[in-house]
This record gives sequence, structure tokens and C-alpha cells, in this order.
Amino acid sequence: MGIIRTDRLVFEYIRRDEEGNVEGITRAVDEVDLDVQQGEFIAILGHNGSGKSTLAKHINAILYPTEGSVWVDGMNTRDDKDLWNIRQEAGMVFQNPDNQIIGQVVEEDVGFGPENMGVPTEEIWERVEESLKAVGMYKYRKFSPNKLSGGQKQRVSIAGVIAMHPKCIILDEPTAMLDPNGRKEVVRAVRALNDVEGITVLLITHYMEEIIHADKVFVMDKGKIAMQGTPREIFSQVERLKQLRLDVPQVTLLAHELQKSGIDLPAGILTVEELSQALEHVQEYRR
Amino acid sequence: MLRDITLGQYYQTDSVIHKLDPRVKLIATVCFIVSLFIVKSWVGYVVAAVFLAVSIKLSQVPFKYMVKGMKAIVFILLITVVFNLFLTPGEVLVSVWKIRITKEGLQMAVTMAVRLSFLIVGSSIMTLTTTPNSLTDAMEKLMKPLRIFKVPVHEVAMMMSIALRFIPILLEETDKIMKAQIARGADFESGNLIKKAKAMVPLLVPLFISAFRRANDLAMAMEARCYRGGEHRTKMKPLKYAGRDRIAYGVLAAYFAGCIAIGICL
Amino acid sequence: MSIILDHVNYIYGSDTSLAVHALKDINLVIPDGQFIGLIGHTGSGKSTLVQHLNGLIKPTGGTIYFKGEDIHAQDYDKKKLRSKVGLVFQYPEHQLFEIDVFSDVCFGPRNLGLSRQETELRAYAALKQVGLEDDYFYQSPFDLSGGQKRRVAIAGVLAMKPDILVLDEPTAGLDPKGRDEILDQIAKLKEETGITVILVSHSMEDVARYVERIIVMNQGAVMFDDIPREVFKHYRELEEVGLAAPQVTYIMQALSRKGMPVKTDVTTIGEAKEEILRALRCGS
Repeated sequence: MGIIRTDRLVFEYIRRDEEGNVEGITRAVDEVDLDVQQGEFIAILGHNGSGKSTLAKHINAILYPTEGSVWVDGMNTRDDKDLWNIRQEAGMVFQNPDNQIIGQVVEEDVGFGPENMGVPTEEIWERVEESLKAVGMYKYRKFSPNKLSGGQKQRVSIAGVIAMHPKCIILDEPTAMLDPNGRKEVVRAVRALNDVEGITVLLITHYMEEIIHADKVFVMDKGKIAMQGTPREIFSQVERLKQLRLDVPQVTLLAHELQKSGIDLPAGILTVEELSQALEHVQEYRR
Repeated sequence: MLRDITLGQYYQTDSVIHKLDPRVKLIATVCFIVSLFIVKSWVGYVVAAVFLAVSIKLSQVPFKYMVKGMKAIVFILLITVVFNLFLTPGEVLVSVWKIRITKEGLQMAVTMAVRLSFLIVGSSIMTLTTTPNSLTDAMEKLMKPLRIFKVPVHEVAMMMSIALRFIPILLEETDKIMKAQIARGADFESGNLIKKAKAMVPLLVPLFISAFRRANDLAMAMEARCYRGGEHRTKMKPLKYAGRDRIAYGVLAAYFAGCIAIGICL
Repeated sequence: MSIILDHVNYIYGSDTSLAVHALKDINLVIPDGQFIGLIGHTGSGKSTLVQHLNGLIKPTGGTIYFKGEDIHAQDYDKKKLRSKVGLVFQYPEHQLFEIDVFSDVCFGPRNLGLSRQETELRAYAALKQVGLEDDYFYQSPFDLSGGQKRRVAIAGVLAMKPDILVLDEPTAGLDPKGRDEILDQIAKLKEETGITVILVSHSMEDVARYVERIIVMNQGAVMFDDIPREVFKHYRELEEVGLAAPQVTYIMQALSRKGMPVKTDVTTIGEAKEEILRALRCGS
């Protein structure tokens, strides 16, 4: 069994009007089946309100399913006795960098998780050091978080999760509030975690360029999984992605437009290099 | 605008006082304040002044910096002095129209001025040399016995340190919302008190909403990182007394005993 | 000549040791009716610059003229200036405060001292301009979706009938569709009313499709100020300062290096497609 598994997961919440009367029931997550293997890099895409964040919060046992179930490393999130083990094994990074840093000094914030877990003092220091080094923030360990850029703050948040020695890490739109530089920093740090440390990564985002290195992509819409596959398989369906309120990198879009004009190109082109090579072949072939 | 308030904000250097355990500094500050009210003679104030001067010297915080942060309090100090000076009944020294200055009033005003300014300088030495975080740690540790009486010591300390972390963020946010509303023609300056109070609504509503949103996010982030109150918790930076702390306690005890002696005898 | 910035400098905390030179000798002319993209990464000074345009920040050196008048002259009416130069801040939905959408949009015009009728007419027109349906007018702004809230906030500024609309990162935090919808709406508004629009962004790809002029800021100074295709020619320099030209620029550069006879200064996907098709026809 995989490290994260959901079985026909449904989450519903009740909408109320101002007087508190029930207006209706919204199904935010609708029969989602996920099976994530240890060490995989998974991306979950979807527009705002597609249910992807709600899904993520189930894995960390912040929300509980209305129907179906969620297992993390074989533990059911409904089981109260495993709650803290689940939260330790499945670390979570949120969107707003300001609202998840608790410490007033970078190193103290990274130490917060291990402190809560009751890790002995000396080991906390070791974990803080290695985590800050893993995200390249070690030299900022004495800084106040208020003095850091958005990308740096998110890297501190990631370090704070790694210090808990999780098996997987769920990042809920960690780059949505960052500028392009900050986004690159964070994505680089996340990839390194996956490649070097072998931590399972679940990256939730709506930026397509962040997912081209994922092993597997799930696209969510209206609480359901609308598409799944490798990045190349996903990106080859440009029209479908547009329908789902997502966009594709310019290079993929251009390749798609050229295909429509009758140029023979392979499907799902992801990088500038791929496109220019493919066009070179076309040109040679025509000669 | 709002960020200019620097009352007793932490001043980074590497002095003996900085290195002291925050509990020592907290207890010393309390003892010092109490001592100011025990002694009633000028000898006592001279002793207190010497104690204060030595602490300032040892803390390596420039005196100028210390005074700069106190400007806001000078006003309160002046009011106290003026009230005591003019409103204490007794032997009249000077009398102009309805205003009388009495001998007792003069004495009282001088004593109060000395006490208050010593008190302020004394406590600012603590805040200038101790990070807010270690100060909350010290309070948590010192008040631990209160847990027997069901006082949520850990929670209070955690709340204080979170508040300290978010004050600069909320100040910045206030600044931003204020500017945004000014850009929509809001006027926070002119008009009478009621009009001014009304003008604050477009600032306060968004500020509260944002504070609640942040609180909500933060609570979730803390839970996700296994926070479950003070139980089972270890410390990354536990407080431990060192040799210098014991010496400091010794000096403090000597000073305090001296003050009591002066208070009784003189 | 609508706004002129003449040797504008701004230094933060000039009386302390931590002085930051946020704007360095900015000289710009912003004529009526232009669609301008102001690009720079975080901390490049672009947000500080736009706050100078409506007098929220006073420059520490230099002068800003609006319609020929110095906006920091003694008797200059700042309130009027702020109604003429509408500034939409980043995450503007965070300033919403009224009980319903319509009242919130009325806040700006009411502050201008307009009659109730005029205020409401303007609020209605502004909400229509941002494409919000009537159904939402009397809902609490806090119940709307992120994209809708942002429209309401933009309408709140539009209701003041500005001659110049400045939007600081209007698409931050929105998903791709939401981003396109807002930008399309702004472009439509620009076309219909002819107002000057300054779009502040850190994404070249977003603005390239819409604007006719790009001003690139770096470390408090203007680095480039030209039409998009000229600015993108400097893609290597842009990269060095943490910005990037649109991906199409890189594609065309790569093709050109491989010996395909394409022009490298295209800015949009459509142009790129035509250019590649033309090159392939020529080659075959």
C-alpha cells in the first residue's frame, strides 16, 4: 500500500445564510481515489475552488472525510490515537508565508515542530541545522522572519516541516503569493527534498510550469479528479486544460497552435529545447 | 509612521547583562522597583542610582539610545511632577495668584520624579537586553508554580510570544489599509472626535477581518506541526543558570538587603 | 501630458543609519491614454513609485506634475488628485469593509462629496464596468469568491472616475482563468473609456499581450522604457535582474540559433505562430 491513500473520499460542508439557516450542502471533494507511493513527486492542479486544498487538509488530519477514508502510512486519519503520528509523518506547508511562521527567530521557528513532538534539546538543534541547510537558509538562522523575502519565508516553513522528519510533505499552493524569483526558489527546494532526501512530495498549485518535473499529475475540478497522468500526457490535452480554467506554458501552447495549423509535432511538448528540436526536424524533413 | 515607536526595544550587543538568564533580569527588575519604594532617604536613592549606573554601564547600551526611546514617557513624568508640585497641601513656599507651591509638594515632586525615572530606566534595561521571546520563556518558567491554581501559564506565554511576532505585521497592514482608503478619498485627519471615530471604520473592519484570518491560518499551521499545548513539550533553548547568574543573584541579594536596611534605619 | 516625474528621488528613513534609496532619479512622462506595464521584481521600487503618483508618498527630492501642476505645492488639492489618479493596491479585496458590495463601491464617490444620486450612478456604472452581475450587488462582499471580491475592489476605485488607473499586481493570487478575466476586463475598460492604465506586475508574459509600453524598474531606477518588442530584446539583461522575457522570446531565439530564418522580436503566441509558419514555408 502506498504512503498516502484515499478511498472514495467525500467532503461536504453545510452552507448557511446570515441567520444560520441551512442554504444547501456543498460537496467540496467528491469520491476521490488517490494512491501515492513512497518517494513520488505528485502534483495536484486545479483552479481556485476546485477542492484541491480541501483534499490536502484531509491528509494532515485537519479535516475529516464525510464519507470514505484516508490512510497515511497505513494509519486511518479517523483514528484519534494516530493523530499526532499522522501529523508528524505528513507535514504541511500553507499558502501565506506570514501566517505560518510562529517563531520570532528563524531557527526557533524551525524548532517549533520538534519541540511539540518532545524531541530532546540536543537533537532539536541537530534537526534545525540539517533542515535549514536542506533548504539553503542556514545562514539566515538568526534572522527575524519579518526581514526575509516571501520565497525565503516559505523555505523556512518547509524547513520547519522537514525538522519533524516527515515521510511526505504536502504543499498547499506554496507559491501563490510569491514573485517569479520566490517561486523558483521554493520549487527548487521542493525538488531537492524529493531527489536528495527521498521525501514524498504532494505539490498543490495552479502554476503549470511548476509541475513539469512531477512523476504524476492529478487535475481537479468540482471536487473530482478530472485528469491524471504524467505531465506530458496532461499537457498534450491543451483544450481540455483550458476548459478546466487552467493554462499551459507558452511553449506547449505554441506547439499546439502549430499542430492545429498542420505542422507535424509530437504531443505534449514541455520545454523550449524540445520545441526547437522538433521544429528543426520538421524543417529538415521538408527539405 | 507607526513603526517609529522604539520604546525599550531590544538592542543587540554582547554584554554581560545580555548574557544573563532572563529570569535573573526579570527578578532583578522587580527587586529594583520594590527597592525604590522601600528607601525613603537620599542615601537610598544614591545607592539605587549607583546600582542603576553600574547596570547601564555593564549593559553596553548607549545611554543616548536608552533616552531616545523614553521620549513618549516624559509627558507622563511631567504630569506627575506638576500634580504633586501644585496639589500637595503643606507649608507654603511660593504663592502666585491661586497657585501655591508647598515644601511638601516640592519634596514629593522630586521624589516621584526620581522614582519614576529610575523605574523606567531600570525596566528598560531589561527590555533592551532581553529578547521578547526569552522574556516570555522566563515568565513561563517563573510562574510555573501557578499551574497548581489552574493558571494556564504555558498558553499565556505562547499567546504573548505570538502577539509579539504579529505586531509588526499588523502595523504594516494598518499602514497599507490606511493608504488604500486614503486613495479612495478617506480622510483620517480632519473633523471632530465623532467624525474621526467614524472615519476609523473603513480601517478597523478590514484590520479585524485580516487579524481573524491570520489567527485562523496560524492555528491550523500550529496544529499541523503537532502543537498540543504545553504537555510533552521539550525546549530548543531551555533556560539554565550559569555561574554568572549565581553571581548576579548574589549582588542582587546584597543590594536588596542594603536597601531594606537603609529603609528601616534611615 | 498627464503626469510628469522630474528627477524624483525617495529615501526611506533618511535620518537613520538604515537609509534605503528606494527611488533613484526617476524621470518619466506619462501621456493621456497610454496602456503601460510597470515591471520589476519585489523590492525594485515599483510599488513605491506608484504611491508617488497620487501623492501618498512625498518624494524626498524632485517634483511630480499632474496636468502641469506640482502636486506637492502648498495649495494643491490632494483629494482631487486622488480621485483623478485611481490607485488599486495589491490584494485590494482586503480593504472591503461595508455590509454590501454596492455600499462599498459608493465609499469613494461619497468621499468626494458627490450627491447621493451621482454616487449611486457611478457605483452602478463601475460595477458594470468590472463585469459584476446585478445579483451580487446587495450581498456581503465577504461572501464572494476571490476573483469577484477583487472586481468589487477595483470598481471601488473606478467609481471615482479616475483619468489614470494604476493597478498594483491586480492578478496576484488568482488562478489562470481568473487572471485572464481580470486582465481582459481591464483591457476592455481601457478601450471603451480611453483612460490611462498603468499595470504593475512582475510577469512579462501577462502584460506583453496588453500594453503598448513597458517600464522596467530595477533597484529603484528605470532600467528600460520602451515598446514591448524593444524591451524583450534585452532578455539577457532582464534575466540578470531576476525577470524574464516571455517564453516565446526564448523559443524564437532558440530557433534562430538553430538557423531557422525567423524574426526574434515577436511578443505573443499568435505572432510567433505566423512567424514560424512563414519560415517553414520559405525553407521548404
